[in-house]
Amino acid sequence: MNLAIRDIRRHKTRFLLTCVGLGLLLTVVMAMSGIYRGLIGDATKVVEATPAQIWVVQKDTRGPFAESSRLPEDIEHSIAAVEGVRRASPLSFQYVQIPRGDKPIRLFLVGYKLGGIGGPSVVVDGRAITKKHYEIVVDRKSGYAVGDTIHLGLEDYTVVGITQGMTSPSGDPAAFVSLADAQVIQFQLDNEAIRNNRERVVSTYAQLASVNPFMRDRATKQALAAAENPHFANAVVAELDDPSMAPEVASYIRRWNHYQVFSADQQREILLKGFIEKSQKQLWMFRTILVVVSGVIIALIIYTLTMDKLREIATLKIIGAADRTIISMILQQSLLLGLIGFAVGYGLIRRTYMMYPRTVILQPLDMFVLFGVVVVICVLASILGIWRALKVDPGAALSGG
Amino acid sequence: MEVVRVENLTKIYGRGDAQTLALVDANLSVQKGELVALLGPSGSGKTTLLTAICCISEPTSGRIELDSETVFDDGWTGIDVRALRRQKMGVIFQSYNLIPFLTVLENVELILTLNRVDREQAQSRAMELLDYLEIAHRWHHYPSEISGGEQQRVAIARALANDPKVLLADEPTAALDTERGKIVMGLLRKLSREKEAAVIVVTHDVRMVEGFDRVYHIADGRIQN
Repeated sequence: MNLAIRDIRRHKTRFLLTCVGLGLLLTVVMAMSGIYRGLIGDATKVVEATPAQIWVVQKDTRGPFAESSRLPEDIEHSIAAVEGVRRASPLSFQYVQIPRGDKPIRLFLVGYKLGGIGGPSVVVDGRAITKKHYEIVVDRKSGYAVGDTIHLGLEDYTVVGITQGMTSPSGDPAAFVSLADAQVIQFQLDNEAIRNNRERVVSTYAQLASVNPFMRDRATKQALAAAENPHFANAVVAELDDPSMAPEVASYIRRWNHYQVFSADQQREILLKGFIEKSQKQLWMFRTILVVVSGVIIALIIYTLTMDKLREIATLKIIGAADRTIISMILQQSLLLGLIGFAVGYGLIRRTYMMYPRTVILQPLDMFVLFGVVVVICVLASILGIWRALKVDPGAALSGG
Repeated sequence: MEVVRVENLTKIYGRGDAQTLALVDANLSVQKGELVALLGPSGSGKTTLLTAICCISEPTSGRIELDSETVFDDGWTGIDVRALRRQKMGVIFQSYNLIPFLTVLENVELILTLNRVDREQAQSRAMELLDYLEIAHRWHHYPSEISGGEQQRVAIARALANDPKVLLADEPTAALDTERGKIVMGLLRKLSREKEAAVIVVTHDVRMVEGFDRVYHIADGRIQN
């Protein structure tokens, strides 16, 4: 005969409502764990999806994600020539915010060399980019479909393919264009800026009266060309013949003294430190507070359930029930409350996690750990009720007590 | 055969000037199958004596022997009193004290479950007792669904479930009208004869002790046989 279940049957409405309330709290705790895992997943997705072991970026920067980095596109050839490098490829990354309907949408625009490293790893709908210009592949999260047109910079781009789950380190949907298009979008000035720039350069060089006019014209042309040159990238990535050689290759390129070099692991570390650390602490704090609140709720409900049956507990003691019978009744109720709450929470998060605006990744390990925490909390929360029950004087059941 | 023996039992509440003598040198003996009443007004010490026999409150001095085992001799002797109550005692309460979240059958079955009796056996024994007390037709009801008289019969069935050597009844008729009270007392008389339990009934109502084997009068903590 299970006294715990039979007692709960008497208070089933109160008990079930508490289970639902607790379940909702645990849903938030699970969501926070999922968001944290999602943050990690999003932050490292680009690095994970890029089959490169080496990231070369602008000197003295921790680019291209944590800091801005700009370096000439053509260093890919120097890097490709390094022993142990199978191939190298320039990449550009930038955020664009464009209007879509009446709402703005933020895209993480990745520019890659067609046939090189760093394009969309899997296209789930449509096809990959095959033309050098005006084609774009976007993530499903952006809401665009194959055939849609997106206006970026000065041009319109046609959506030719859709990816699934490709996001920026901060969770924005990714979009892929050819490096040439990305360079135009990122680096090419608009006509007004070009005119202003030309006038400024020409007038600056015109003041150099003592210089040979031929040399002055040549310098002016070079300055203009440099100012209007869009052939930059934010990083050059390299795939190695032997991935374990990454430290040696990185060290070799670093000796050129013009670039900063990171291994894929270091790049991942930079992303995690830069994007996750504070959020992680904040989520931990929220989770801790919610778990404590859950514990307090369980303790309160178990305590009131115990208070409701002090007379029955006194009777049980008089008829000879051992303390362990009474402890077991209270502990079972507490555990049942926690388990039903956990089941409600788990059921809810499984059904709703796709609706969250940020990526939520539910990991079995996190769920197991939370389950363990809930069990511990239930045991701790029942202590107050058990203490009260053990203090009950059996004599209280006598003389109408 | 002597089942309950109380010798020179004294219970003092409080200390110093605030001392209250609840029980003074109480002596009591109850034989197997004997029906005994502890009769006295409110505050006379009868419940103190009952709780001492029940091993609930600790007397100040004296000796208590239950079924030939000394449980108190100027201090508890170390016997597991819960197990003793569970196995050898039955208690009937003034306000029945049925467990409200258990059915009639489960209330009677409970003490057997606590004694680790097999479930089927426990149920069959509980039904047998309910039948004996003519309340078997209410086996599936909750206490709140039956009358006070019926609840008291269920409480008696529960007290009998472990086949007790000692049956202690604390004002068992206080919550019943006179007629129902007499029925319950008649039932206790029948039990002492048929079940051969030593029955001790605490009451303040002199009308209820008719036909008892012995009546102990208690006043100001002192027993007069």
